[in-house]
Amino acid sequence: MESVAVSVLAAAVTAGTPILYATLGELFAERAGVLNLGVEGMMLVGAVSGLIVTVHSSNHWLGLLAAMVAGGLMALIHAVLTVSLRANQVVSGLALTIFGTGLSAYLGKNMIGIPVPSPFESFELGFLSHIPLIGKILFQHDVLVYLTYLLVPFYWYYLYQTPSGLNLRAAGENPGATDAAGLNVNRIRYSAVCLGGVLAGIGGAYLSLAYAPSWLENMTAGRGWIAVALVIFATWDPLRAMLGAYLFGGIEALGFRLQAVGITVSPFYLKMLPYLFTILVLILVTSSNRRLRVGAPAALGLPFEREER
Amino acid sequence: MLKLRRVAFWVLLIFILTMGLMGCGKSTTQPTSSEGKEKLKVAFIYIGPVGDAGWTYAHEQGRKYLEQHVPDIETKIVEKVPEVDGEKVATQLVQEGYKVIFATSFGYMDGIINVAKKYPNIIFLHCSGYKTAPNVGTYFGRMYQARYLSGIVAGKMTKTNKIGYVAAFPIPEVVRGINAFTLGVRAVNPKATVNVVWTNTWLNPALEKDAAKSLLEQGCDIITQHQDSPGPMQAAEEKGAYGIGYNSDMSKYAPKAFLTAPVWNWGPYYVKVINEIKEGKWKSSQYWGPMSDGVVGLAPFSKAVPEDVRKLVEEKKQLIVSGKWDVFTGPIKDQKGEIRVKDGERMTDQAMLSFDWFVEGVQGTIPAKK
Repeated sequence: MESVAVSVLAAAVTAGTPILYATLGELFAERAGVLNLGVEGMMLVGAVSGLIVTVHSSNHWLGLLAAMVAGGLMALIHAVLTVSLRANQVVSGLALTIFGTGLSAYLGKNMIGIPVPSPFESFELGFLSHIPLIGKILFQHDVLVYLTYLLVPFYWYYLYQTPSGLNLRAAGENPGATDAAGLNVNRIRYSAVCLGGVLAGIGGAYLSLAYAPSWLENMTAGRGWIAVALVIFATWDPLRAMLGAYLFGGIEALGFRLQAVGITVSPFYLKMLPYLFTILVLILVTSSNRRLRVGAPAALGLPFEREER
Repeated sequence: MLKLRRVAFWVLLIFILTMGLMGCGKSTTQPTSSEGKEKLKVAFIYIGPVGDAGWTYAHEQGRKYLEQHVPDIETKIVEKVPEVDGEKVATQLVQEGYKVIFATSFGYMDGIINVAKKYPNIIFLHCSGYKTAPNVGTYFGRMYQARYLSGIVAGKMTKTNKIGYVAAFPIPEVVRGINAFTLGVRAVNPKATVNVVWTNTWLNPALEKDAAKSLLEQGCDIITQHQDSPGPMQAAEEKGAYGIGYNSDMSKYAPKAFLTAPVWNWGPYYVKVINEIKEGKWKSSQYWGPMSDGVVGLAPFSKAVPEDVRKLVEEKKQLIVSGKWDVFTGPIKDQKGEIRVKDGERMTDQAMLSFDWFVEGVQGTIPAKK
C-alpha cells in the first residue's frame, strides 16, 4: 500500500508539472489584471514548436527556447488585443485557444509518429534522491520539474516581497491608482501577459519533450483549462498553485494505479474532479466574509484606459 | 489608438488570407499508370492520422501495397475522420466518382450501411464491423492468432511472472486479444499473470504511457498493449523493461525494450479484393482473415528474443497456419476456474466475436455495461 501511495505521488509531480507551468503563467497575467483564456492554445503551440525544433536540431534546449518564443508570441497577440486595443479579454483568449489548436495541428501534421531524438530525461540529484519516500516522490525527475522547485518560491518572493511584484499586483487591483503613481500600467500588463505565454509554452513543451515525447493533435487534452481553473482554486497564490497542480495531476495519475490494484473508479468521474474542486473553491472564496481577504485581483478582466477612470 | 487599430486590422486580414492560401489545395490523390484507360477509383476513410504508427498506419501501408501491385487504379485517402462524419465523407467520395470505399474503423458501421442503401452500385468494405448488405462487405483479421504467439514470447521472457496489458476499451475485440495473449503466456508459463489496465482511448500517448507506468510500478516486467501509440513502449524503455507493441513495428520508439508486435498486413487482402472487383467476381461477405492468409503476423523479433523462444513461436505458428489447431481450443477456464470451452472443442466465431469474459490468468475486470 505504501508503494502505491509513493508511486501515485511521484506520478502526481510529473503530471502536475505542465499544469503548474501554465498556471504560473496565467497567475502572472491575472495578477496584472488580464484574463488569458488562450492558455490551452499557447501550450499546444509551445508543444509543437518545441518538438519540431528538437527533432530538427536534436537539442531539446533549443526546442524549449522555441516553445518559449512561440508561447510568448501568441501571448503578445493577446496583449496587443486586450491591452492596447482594449478588446474583450474573454473573447480574445478564446479565439487564441481555437487558433492555437488549429495552428499546432497544422504545424504538427508531419510530426505525428516521429520519435523525439533527445527528450528530457530524469536524473537523480545525488543524496536528495535517496531520502526514503521524499526522494522518490520529488527528486527522481527531469530538469524541468526541478526548475519548478526553484521557480515557485522565487515567484512567491517576487510577488509579495519586491517592489516590482507590488507594482504587478497593483496593476491588477487598481490600475487607476497605479497609473496615478506614475507607473506604466500598459507596460506591466504587456510583460505579464507575454511572460504568461512563455510559461504556458514551457508547459506545453514539457508534454511533448519530457512527459510523452511525441506529438499528437490536441496533445494538451484540456490541461490549459485546468490551469485556468487552478488559478482560481489557488486563490491567485503561487504556493497554493503548486499544491493544486500536484493535486490535479495526482487525480490523473490515481486512476490507473487504482485500476492496477483492482479498484475501479470511473475515469470520467476522475476527469470531472479538478473542475468540481474548483467550483467548490469558488463557492468558498465568494462567500461574503471571505471575499475581502482572498479574492481575485479587483480589476481582473477590465481593460484600462487612462481617460476613462 | 485609431492608427493602431487600422494597422492591426490590415495585418490580421493579410495574415488570414495567407493562411487560407497555404491551407488549401493538396488533396492526396495518386493516379497510377497509363492515361486513357478507365481507372478504378478507390477511396480509404481513416479514423486517425497515417503517422500514428498504429492502426491507420497499417491500413496506409496496405493501400501503398495495393497501388504497387494493381494497375489502373486511382486511390484517395481521407484521414482523421471522426466516426460521426463517416457517412458524410463516404457520400462525398461517392459523388466524386469513387467506386470502392474502404471504411477503416468500427464506428463507421451504421453510416456506411446508410450510404450503401443510397448507392447500390458502389462497393463498400467496412473494417472491423459486422453489418453487411449486398454492396457492403466486412473484413477483419484474426489478430488473436498473432496475439497468442506474442504471448508465448512474453511468457517465456518474463522474470517477475507479471505482464502488463494496456487496453483501450472493454469491447469483445480487445477482450479477445487479451485472452489470446494470456493463453499464449500460460501455455509456456502457467505461473504468470496478465494485469490489465483500461485507458478508454485508442490513441493518447501521454495517457497510455502513464497507464504502462502504473503497471511497471506494480512489478510487471513486460508490457503489451491494445493501443495505437508507442506510449506504453516508451514507458517500458525508460524503466528498462520489455515491450510488445501493436499494429506495427514499434522498435524505433523503444529500441532496447521492443521484442516483437502483432501487426496487420492489409496489402495482400486489398489486392485480392480489388482484383475480385475488377473481374466482377466480388460478393459481399464477412471476411475474417486468418494468419495463413497473411493478414496478421508478427513483427520481426528484436535481438533480445532468444533462439529457443523463436523456435517455439515458429512451431506454434505452423500449427495455426496449417489449420490443425486454433488458439481458442479447449480446455479453457475463466477467471473463476470454471471450464468454458471443453477439452478438444473449438470456440465458434460467434462466441469469439462476442467475448465478454476473461480467461484464467488475467488480473483485471471487464467493466459492466450499464
